[in-house]
Amino acid sequence: MATKALALHQTTVGKKAIMAVTGFIMVGFVIAHMLGNMQVYSANPAAALKAYALLLRSFGGGLWVARLVLLGAVVLHAWAAISLVKQNAAARASRYHVKHDAVTSYAAKTMKYGGFVLLFFILYHLAHLTLHIPVGAPAVADEFAVFERMKAGFEVPWISALYILGNIALAMHLYHGVWSMLQSVGLNHRKYNALRKQAAVAVALVVGVGNISIPVAFMAGIVG
Amino acid sequence: MSQTIKLTLNIWRQAGPNASGQFQKFHRDAVSKDASFLEALDEINEELIQKGEEPIAFDHDCREGICGMCGMVINGMPHGPRTLTTTCQLHMREFKDGAEVWVEPWRATAFPVIKDLAVDRSAFDQIIQAGGYISINTGSPGDANEIPIPKAVADLSMDAATCIGCGACVAACPNASAMLFTSAKATHLGVLPQGQAERLSRARAMVETMETAGFGGCTNHGECEAACPKGISVDYIARLNRDYLKAVVVSQTT
Ligand code: HEM
Ligand code: FES
Repeated sequence: MATKALALHQTTVGKKAIMAVTGFIMVGFVIAHMLGNMQVYSANPAAALKAYALLLRSFGGGLWVARLVLLGAVVLHAWAAISLVKQNAAARASRYHVKHDAVTSYAAKTMKYGGFVLLFFILYHLAHLTLHIPVGAPAVADEFAVFERMKAGFEVPWISALYILGNIALAMHLYHGVWSMLQSVGLNHRKYNALRKQAAVAVALVVGVGNISIPVAFMAGIVG
Repeated sequence: MSQTIKLTLNIWRQAGPNASGQFQKFHRDAVSKDASFLEALDEINEELIQKGEEPIAFDHDCREGICGMCGMVINGMPHGPRTLTTTCQLHMREFKDGAEVWVEPWRATAFPVIKDLAVDRSAFDQIIQAGGYISINTGSPGDANEIPIPKAVADLSMDAATCIGCGACVAACPNASAMLFTSAKATHLGVLPQGQAERLSRARAMVETMETAGFGGCTNHGECEAACPKGISVDYIARLNRDYLKAVVVSQTT
């Protein structure tokens, strides 16, 4: 069989595999990140979060390796997304006058829009809590005053609203993405196919509810 | 009980591949409930011919649900509202009296419209040419059952082989992707002992040909499986993904 020389990153199947692997890295990160965030509910959240920040910093080079892997994942994921969205739109250049959806979900149909909401949210979130650029929130001088910086931000209603919206977008992205990434790399079996969708619902709910509870708790005065 | 229904049919008319198309409205006062969808179109065409007008072009051949020619999108659903049914096997009793029906061609860049509802599906033939075969020496045929094939393997292959290549999967997919078709054809041969030697090179060649033919990629909506008149499963897509990735990432031979 004569094969034309197309590399992995030149086919839709290859691009989806890149999206799945980078998506998997990011899914692992958002689960761990959400669990870390839960320290706002500890008895002394200011001390707990400060200790956590210092612990992460103590990894030194390791922390930078993790950051670069994540940054690389976001860049590759977004590159593949843009490339696929373009190719897919070109493949259906002429649209149906009437189109009935049989089984797809709102989440699946909005992956591309939700992805861009996430990209914007990630940039805002990094500016706010990683780079300490107080976009719209009162500045907090101490680099390790994590809790105080969260409080200063979440007391501004639109900032809380932005985090809530960003995490709704994240939960929807995970609802389709988590089972989709398994399908994209060929991980399927009749025995656990149903489990893939259940796992996606669970990850979406746990990450979404966990993260959204934080701005809500600050606004309601439960923490802070 | 009345044996006929009234219908308003809006049918896509397009003079040629590059012409711009539009819907033409047909008011039908007495469509037999026992007629197939294609027979209802035949009746319209007879009247058009008698009036000296251009009949509606649509593809058909076997009219028994096995050749895959009769593709058209009816009310937004490839082959119409009944699941596991081709247009030729669809009966007019599926429609309510007085209903408005929209009939369009498969819409995909890789399937250009030839005329009206007829599209050019030769992109599927290119995918088959790239890998839809097993290389063997011809000559006198081998003995039947010479190579024992476990029942589960034969069933998997035969389920994939029920694909009639109609293109409903492409028509239903929001990205006009041909992954369901390609994966069914690759699996049909790829799981059999005779198809093993070329399994990974076949997966790669068929995917690459599909890419260059202008289809989109799979985003796991599942619309293809729901639209397929033969009920081909998206499990085959995962299998093709797996074989393609093996071929490109780890294989020593492809
Ligand atoms: C940087 C901004 C992002 C963009 C532009 C983006 C966009 C997309 C798009 C367009 C898809 C393809 C959907 C489809 O094929 O139906 C997708 C899939 C996916 N995304 Fe994202 N996304 C982004 C961020 C994220 C984040 C932060 C996560 C995880 C926490 C994530 C996890 C996933 C997963 C797991 C998939 C499924 C991959 C697959 O189907 O193989 N994405 N994304
Ligand atoms: S005409 Fe052959 S399948 Fe419908």
